[in-house]
Amino acid sequence: MIGLGERVGASPPRVDGAAKVTGAARYVDDLQPPGCLVGRTVRSRVAHGVLRALERDPGFDWSDVTFVTAADVPGRNVVTLIEDDQPVLVPVGGTIRHHDEAVALVAAPTKEKAEAARAAVRLVVDPLPAIFTLDDALRAEVKLHGQDNVFKRFEVTRGDDVERALAACDVVVEGVYETGAQEQMYIEPQGMLAAWEGDTCHVTGSLQCPYYVHKALKVTLGLPAERVVITQAVTGGGFGGKEEYPSMIGAHAALLARAAGRPVKVVYERDEDVAATTKRHPSRVRHRLGLAKDGRMLAADVDVLFDGGAYATLTQVVLSRGVLHAAGPYRIPTVRIVGRALATNHPPHGAFRGFGAPQTTFAYERQTAKAARALGMDPVALRRLNLYRDGDVTATGQTLRGSVAAHPTLDRVVAQLEQPPPAGRRTLPQAPHVKRGRGVATYFHGSGFTGSGEERLKGQATVAVAADGVLEVRAGSTDMGQGATTTFAQIAATALDVHVSQVRVAQPSTDKVPDSGPTVASRTCMIVGGLVDQAARAVRSKLEAFAAEVGLAADDPARGDLPALARRWAAARGELAETHTYRPPAGIRWDDQTYRGDAYPVFGWAACAVDVAVDTDTWEVVVERCVHAVDVGKAINPTIVQGQIDGGTVQALGWALWESVQYREGKVLNDRMTNCIIPTAIEAPELETLLVEEPYAHGPFGAKGVGEIPMDGPGAAVASAVEDALGVAMDELPLLPEVVHRRVRAGRAGGAA
Amino acid sequence: MKVSLVVNGAPREVEGGPLRRLLDVLREDLALTGTKEGCGEGECGACTVLIDGEPVNSCLVPLAQAAGREVRTVEALASGELLTDLQEALVRCGGTQCGICTPGIAVCATAALAREPGADRLRLRELLAGNLCRCTGYQLVIDAVAEVVARRADATDAGAAPPLPARTAPTAPGQAGPGVGSRGAAP
Repeated sequence: MIGLGERVGASPPRVDGAAKVTGAARYVDDLQPPGCLVGRTVRSRVAHGVLRALERDPGFDWSDVTFVTAADVPGRNVVTLIEDDQPVLVPVGGTIRHHDEAVALVAAPTKEKAEAARAAVRLVVDPLPAIFTLDDALRAEVKLHGQDNVFKRFEVTRGDDVERALAACDVVVEGVYETGAQEQMYIEPQGMLAAWEGDTCHVTGSLQCPYYVHKALKVTLGLPAERVVITQAVTGGGFGGKEEYPSMIGAHAALLARAAGRPVKVVYERDEDVAATTKRHPSRVRHRLGLAKDGRMLAADVDVLFDGGAYATLTQVVLSRGVLHAAGPYRIPTVRIVGRALATNHPPHGAFRGFGAPQTTFAYERQTAKAARALGMDPVALRRLNLYRDGDVTATGQTLRGSVAAHPTLDRVVAQLEQPPPAGRRTLPQAPHVKRGRGVATYFHGSGFTGSGEERLKGQATVAVAADGVLEVRAGSTDMGQGATTTFAQIAATALDVHVSQVRVAQPSTDKVPDSGPTVASRTCMIVGGLVDQAARAVRSKLEAFAAEVGLAADDPARGDLPALARRWAAARGELAETHTYRPPAGIRWDDQTYRGDAYPVFGWAACAVDVAVDTDTWEVVVERCVHAVDVGKAINPTIVQGQIDGGTVQALGWALWESVQYREGKVLNDRMTNCIIPTAIEAPELETLLVEEPYAHGPFGAKGVGEIPMDGPGAAVASAVEDALGVAMDELPLLPEVVHRRVRAGRAGGAA
Repeated sequence: MKVSLVVNGAPREVEGGPLRRLLDVLREDLALTGTKEGCGEGECGACTVLIDGEPVNSCLVPLAQAAGREVRTVEALASGELLTDLQEALVRCGGTQCGICTPGIAVCATAALAREPGADRLRLRELLAGNLCRCTGYQLVIDAVAEVVARRADATDAGAAPPLPARTAPTAPGQAGPGVGSRGAAP
């Protein structure tokens, strides 16, 4: 029987822990099949233009180099996702749309030779005028997409006419909020390894979504499903950055391996990864919030603009989530939210933890802070007056039914702030030039796919007695570090009443596991974990019935020994596989046309308070305290859940204070870890992470999503804390010292206060 | 040129130009793939190894500079299946998630604990500031290392030998290192 220390709710060590601390875990770059070639990508180096020719240096020794262009694509030359607009390789005669597009591929026996071959390819390009700003995209003098450069527009409305409602408010707060591109900066760069066995293509690599790569490669290679096999290697972080781009690299590796007749590994250098792969969408949000004198929020008008970059990729889905969260976790009777994603000549922006919500959360939480100031109210009191409670109705008309923890999370943060700060924290000295402030934020995040997404997806998971008699979880959801493997093992072990070590979680491979849907959207534990729970219970019932069939007496202790029964089943009957398919709970309704209804099956809730110290000589901002309470429904493994919240919090602090990918004429200027910085152990504060458990009736053991919500709110809390310290509005991120200084100077000169 | 060095206690002779990166020698020639490459410019610390007991970024060490030196990699921390107290704490406390930075952190923290056995949390943060982690926010990493500091201090106070000292102390120059772990052993 499962021990108490392993059940759901306890924190057994992660099942992949030992392999990771000893260096035994094998990531894609650690795989080296015999004869494997090194693949490299020739990139456009022009933000917009027509590719006229690809010229290979005739003086270069091409004898041991495999060279691939768009002409070598056997299927369709597109990276299939939502719209098939992005080519795997830009063809000669085709249009280059950003600075780091793949136009050709080389493979050679060594890195040095592959690098030299890449440098020996010259592009002939007729440049075209390009777009690098939201304003230029809106002006549409250059047309990159349709007539208006709008990839997608969403509108959500609730209540009366918003202008009339705002006009009737006692106070209207208005602001424009800007955020920059943020790099996921997983420490393992992207990489894929391809090898053909006869006419079947095997691709193994660093990825979040094996079935996305599978879907894309079938199209690119023109192969039926069974002849493309995608396997996830141990993956060194994803955060959304390995959601879609692995399809591109996988296609490149597969094309090279096909042409070379040997395995080919394409692993990106760091600069290539930062420049070419997707980043968080830069944003500009204009927000008007109307309130009554007593602090009740009455009307919100929100205009959201995202820079989608050069291709559609996942942008419309990111925008959708941003829009659906843009009014915040507040009761507001009149709401209008308009979101537009625009085409530019930047490399496509894409998925990154939070998926559009951090940008709109930054805006509404800065607005809430400003509203409290305008009304002379305590920011916590203002929030308590307006935060959702069970039964309230959201901007899309969704009635919240249970598992609403907006108030409990804020209460936990307020209580924690009354405790002394943790020992060992980094502080600035008490000195006249050091100013201090506090910022608070409250927010929510929908778990799972938006609207009818989960219903369309029909994710599946299997629990099996494998042929070797071992109890096995089979899911297409990947572990990229977030702990999915351990979480699934714990859920299955608890449902089966066996030790965690008696459950094996299969490495995701499209020939061995069902399509559970992508490993994104805070859905893995809640949706797929729920399927694992159901499937495990079904296996348990069958094995218990089997015990009776083979004549074990009801009081025979062997009847409760599921691993032994599983072995016996396998010996007698072979494999037993129970596959469950997701069905949304009854009563969930969503209309994609009107954007009305139940936007998400359930929401997670969070509150964050940040204390900062600002050195007014250097304008350095130090986070001296960070209290973060997050409602996760039920923490399957509290240590893993805390790790998710801690990691997301520090990514959010990085986005708030340091992290911004800088473009000039569409080229990334800071494409290295030395200049595209992320927090080290010194900048990261001592975190005070608090778990709140407001169970969700339809999640496994009550669990909801946790992966993304910690990314959403700390940015606004930091900006509000800096504003509190300096008395100057901080309406953009990141608040690098030069940004804080510029804003203070502008504020002193009579700007916003 | 041929270069002789000691890797995880075993004398090795490797081939390569003097500027060849130690990281590539370890990963490609000696199949010690536990040492990872995250940036290739000495920023992330995923490739940290010990040279004569000192933590260094092996992506910045030219082969010539490693000649005659004692190199210790993550594969040599554990003794077979037996993890060091630090490795065990990293796993149990949640100090490893995706794991790509973990070998570098395990190696660097091993040296840090040996050099400054009484380091407090803030000092541990400084000692590990050369190892970037994108998953944990460092909190549970520091928890794990601080716990080892405390446990070793308790063990010393109680007059007992610190747990697993032979395996967790960095190898002194000229001294044979502990055996290579059961996985990732050199061919």
